[in-house]
Amino acid sequence: MPALIETHELTKRFGTFTAVKGVSLRVKAGEILALLGPNGAGKTTTIRMLASILQPTAGWARVAGYDTLQEPEKVRRAVGLLTEHHGLYTRMKAHEYLEFFGRVYGLSPDEIRRRVERLLERYGLREATDQRLGTFSKGMRQKLVLVRALLHDPRVLLLDEPTSAMDPASAHLVRNSIAALRQSDRAIVVCTHNLHEAESLADRIAIIRRGEIIVQDTVAGLKRALLGDPIMELRVRGQLDGALQAVPQGVEILDMGLDWMRFRVTDPEAQNARLLEAFIHSGVQVVTLSEVQRSLEDAYLQAVGQEASA
Amino acid sequence: MTALGVGVRRLGSHGALIVARREIRDQLRDWRILAPIILLTLFFPLLMNLTAQQAVGFVERYGAPIIGERLIPFLLMVVGFFPISISLVIALESFAGERERLSLEPLLATPLTDADLYLGKMIASLLPPLSAAYLGIAVYLIGLLWRLGWAPPIGLLVQILTITTIQAVVMVSGAVVISSQTTSVRAANLLASFIIIPVAELIIGESMIMFWGRYHILWWIVAALGLIALVLIRMGLRLFNREELLGRELDVLDLQGIWRSFRRRFVAGAQSLGDWYAGILRVSLPGLGFPILITAAALAVGFLAGQAYAEPFTLPAELFDLRGRQEEWLDVLARFGMLSATGWLRVVFINMRALILATILGAFTFGILSEILLMAPLGIVGYFAGNLALAGQDPWRYLAALVLPHGILEIPAAVIAGGAMLRLGMAAISVPKGGSLGEGWIAAFAEWARIMLGVVLPLLICAAALEVFLTPRVAVWLLVAP
Repeated sequence: MPALIETHELTKRFGTFTAVKGVSLRVKAGEILALLGPNGAGKTTTIRMLASILQPTAGWARVAGYDTLQEPEKVRRAVGLLTEHHGLYTRMKAHEYLEFFGRVYGLSPDEIRRRVERLLERYGLREATDQRLGTFSKGMRQKLVLVRALLHDPRVLLLDEPTSAMDPASAHLVRNSIAALRQSDRAIVVCTHNLHEAESLADRIAIIRRGEIIVQDTVAGLKRALLGDPIMELRVRGQLDGALQAVPQGVEILDMGLDWMRFRVTDPEAQNARLLEAFIHSGVQVVTLSEVQRSLEDAYLQAVGQEASA
Repeated sequence: MTALGVGVRRLGSHGALIVARREIRDQLRDWRILAPIILLTLFFPLLMNLTAQQAVGFVERYGAPIIGERLIPFLLMVVGFFPISISLVIALESFAGERERLSLEPLLATPLTDADLYLGKMIASLLPPLSAAYLGIAVYLIGLLWRLGWAPPIGLLVQILTITTIQAVVMVSGAVVISSQTTSVRAANLLASFIIIPVAELIIGESMIMFWGRYHILWWIVAALGLIALVLIRMGLRLFNREELLGRELDVLDLQGIWRSFRRRFVAGAQSLGDWYAGILRVSLPGLGFPILITAAALAVGFLAGQAYAEPFTLPAELFDLRGRQEEWLDVLARFGMLSATGWLRVVFINMRALILATILGAFTFGILSEILLMAPLGIVGYFAGNLALAGQDPWRYLAALVLPHGILEIPAAVIAGGAMLRLGMAAISVPKGGSLGEGWIAAFAEWARIMLGVVLPLLICAAALEVFLTPRVAVWLLVAP
């Protein structure tokens, strides 16, 4: 599958300050990349360069097959950008606002009407179509700007904090919509502070700090890279003491109680099978064997912390 | 699915009109903009109408009808001006306000070009106030026609409509330049005094011209304003770009940053004084070629203009009849500080002071005032040369005696300095693409400093030495007859 977003050593300097340094990314059609990082890490600047709003100082980016520096207008036609701030025109009505952006993107009046109706319906804003935007709640505003970003049916979506300020139900709706958009062969980049959102949505995660991508992988790969090999927990009936001599080599016991133990395995499939076989052979009754859940937050803090201490 | 989706049409130049239409619709929903426009369109012209009628009646009773005749066109101009003053507020709100409310970024993410956005906002800032101005003028004139039977000469009407329109364009294009340097409406409003004060002075000047009855001068003002509008629009188009709009986040004055930037450009990577001079000779001076050419031409024009004034303002011929002993003349010149080291230093100081003053004036007038200041001494020289010719003397002998010995260095110094000043003044309208006004100005200022310190000052020091020690002797030797 060709990459819809591809950057190489993308760099942005404002005077003497380097906001983004050597960022290289690839996002394929149907893929969601979450860009995580503390405030001021360079996420928004990266997004702005991908949307061809800012020009890179060095490096290059191709979005939807177009060079962001050489063909900025084509890039902007192919990109739907949800900005960090809503920036709505509060005296306009919802349908007027969307019609304006539809015209700006060169859509025909019929197409605008059809798309506006469909998208407002999908995001539960149908009733608010004649309402002035100044009266919208934060959640409604956020949904409306998402509609604005989708209005011209872009192949690439750049979403900066898409569910911020939303109530849980609206956030759930938007997350499901983003996940559904992946099915339509779009490449999506989501900037977020919400690690649960990143974990549930993203195929891959890139952690950016001080303008540099410090790590980039799948959620599982990221956890393994930052938190080490998986940790398993085993519970047995009766006491564990007598069974310890059955633990095969290569299994690192981290902690244990009377009837449980936690251990780290480098190759869960092979080592867990050997362990179970050994325990059963020695007459120990295994109640459960499960992987200890490690959060993306731990991995993120580990990455950011490591980088900070380095 | 196509790359750009179904039903997407090519967006042409009507992008600006889409932006303008939205903005105008937004303005017409804002009572803070609407109320003054209505008041100034209807109420104010009627008030002016009443004022005109009363004033005409009053001055006629006291036998001064000319005051009334002059007052009516003046009030016509005022009726047009008041509504367009709102265009400044609308423009500041449109450019700086949208940036402050963070609603600009979604627009910048669309396929609209920077020029579409700029023109759309310009149209939106101009159209409602100008419509109000034209309507106000119509209301005022209908009232006058009805009550006094006065109709304006068509020339005057065209003049007032043109001047009203061009003033609005100048204010709006100036507001864009100001807005591009700020991130808040508050800061933009503070900086707007750079527009309000000159425009207020302009209105006073125009009023004086109208009461004086020299209406043809207004066309010169229209031409000058047209030129200023073009310059400001060019600046605005350069400054209103995505990079500049989103690259500037704070209105903080970073003196250290400015100093670092200036120092870097002033030194230009030179490792030694020789390197630095090599840079000036190889890069800085050749880079000033065109401004130097313009300055040289301006000085020549100054000389010729001075010469042309000799005929209407002729000096008595006996003024050029220099007789006496040469030693006596040298004594007289010595009493004026010539032939002394202090005189030398004073000449250097006066010349440098004049150049710095010209630079300061030129920096805020696109280099125009600096060129005019440099033309003045050449104008005086030309005036004396013209008078010498009229008195039957050989002007070239006088020029060779009084100007040539030090002018051989001083005139090139002035021309080079003028080139650097012109470049500095023009920095405001030749911002490097993607760069900021500040960056462009610091770069031009550093170049100016390199030229002034590296070339002009040494030339002026040498020229002053010649002027103080050599020129008096040559002049006395060539011109004083026993």
